[in-house]
Amino acid sequence: MPTQHTVRSYDSELEKVDHHIIAMGGLVEDQLRNAIKALVEGDNDLARHVIEHDQDIDDHEREVDDLVTRIIALRQPLAEDLRRVKTALKVAANLERMGDLASNISKRSLVIEDVAQVPQREALRRLGNAVHGMTVDVVDAFRDGNADLARRVWNQDEQIDEMYNSVFLAILADMISDPKLIAPGTHIHFVAKNIERIGDHATNIAEMVSYMIQGQMPGEDRPKASSVVTAEDGEAAEQA
Amino acid sequence: MVAVTEITASERDASHADAVTIPVDRLPELGGPVKMQTRDLKLWYSDKQALAGINLDVPERQVTAFIGPSGCGKTTFLKCLNRMNDTIEGVRIEGDVTLDGTDVYDRSVDPVQLRARVGMVFQKPNPFPKSIYDNVAYGPRIHGLATNRGDLDAIVESSLQRAGLWNEVKDRLGEMATGMSGGQQQRLCIARTIAVSPEVILMDEPCSALDPISTARVEELIDELRDNYTIVIVTHNLQQAARVSQLTAFFHLGRLIEVNDTAEVFQNPGESMTRDYITGRFG
Repeated sequence: MPTQHTVRSYDSELEKVDHHIIAMGGLVEDQLRNAIKALVEGDNDLARHVIEHDQDIDDHEREVDDLVTRIIALRQPLAEDLRRVKTALKVAANLERMGDLASNISKRSLVIEDVAQVPQREALRRLGNAVHGMTVDVVDAFRDGNADLARRVWNQDEQIDEMYNSVFLAILADMISDPKLIAPGTHIHFVAKNIERIGDHATNIAEMVSYMIQGQMPGEDRPKASSVVTAEDGEAAEQA
Repeated sequence: MVAVTEITASERDASHADAVTIPVDRLPELGGPVKMQTRDLKLWYSDKQALAGINLDVPERQVTAFIGPSGCGKTTFLKCLNRMNDTIEGVRIEGDVTLDGTDVYDRSVDPVQLRARVGMVFQKPNPFPKSIYDNVAYGPRIHGLATNRGDLDAIVESSLQRAGLWNEVKDRLGEMATGMSGGQQQRLCIARTIAVSPEVILMDEPCSALDPISTARVEELIDELRDNYTIVIVTHNLQQAARVSQLTAFFHLGRLIEVNDTAEVFQNPGESMTRDYITGRFG
């Protein structure tokens, strides 16, 4: 199967788009890892580093947007090329949002005064590591055109939802038992939600990568855990 | 007889060596009536086989686009639909071509009458060196479609209106057609085709000699005409095929490789050859 276009400059334009997406993916991976580390270890310098570097991701997204617009205008892409540039636009938008969420985690890190008081730090680290792993895999799936890997990422979303729900309930229990934890606990809950949302964006990307490779989105509904849990759910779980 | 398998054995791209023309049971469901149909249609120019057993259903009152590289057989196939290949020396045709279920190659079919039902518009506008009026009136006159001048005037006016040309030429119907712009000449040729009330209009690269504005007018006209006519268009302009057609057929070296809903062909083609061709990876 010929993989190159007869007009080779077309290939180099598409490769440029891929290059920016992969670079963005790498930056998001770094930002997420650093944001979690900064929070858990109370490293404010690292948190400020994350906030400052969010702009790098935004710059790549703008480049992708410009390049894809140019390709659509000048090349009129069809079939797999059309799916590729459409996917690139959507992947870039999702990665940009993932970067924003990582930056928001670091902003919250800076307002939490006593990190030692932060409830469920280790649980957050585990949730963050799981979502970081999804992010790495889905960027690899895009780079390698690996539909199986994209599918595996897509299937992990339910597990992330369940991890988030248990973190949420644990934070709630901590705050009920010690009202001094309400302020840091509230921030930590938003951090956990941000990480879960990053997982959702990774799953969106996995869907687009499947579409790019196979020409169709995953056929069935995305596996999701219940998105609404209550303190009663936590008490019931404890009694069980 | 030249065996079908010999047609491209030495010419075909090695990476597509397993490509075959579409069997009848893999033709798409059209969801509407079939106007024209071909079954196992083969054509030879002397000993060179140009079509290798084409099966295709042309849907009624829709636009079907034929795409494919030069020499793939799409124009040859198009001309089989109204027997325009009959007069070419050394041509031999096998297989079935039907119009509303009737074999167009049956001895009882008059090719002239057939071409009134299945009209054709060519790549280069080819108006007769006559007035605008006489170009459109030519077909109705020879087919006896008008009994008096009033009837003929009505046919000329309605044909020019359907071709979107009436307002531009109504005050100069007596002027020579050859003095019109290229785009107007092509729409005049479409009006001339319409004037004999065809059921099917075959178009062989009708916009290849036109500028973008004239092309847009012809494409808009094609879109309007499909309310009343079955249209088959050969085009090298993939974007045009995507814009004007509902069904797209991809030909390669005498074979029909893929035929499907146009949006599907251009977003997610089923065959690797189609994908390579429409994405510019061919050869």
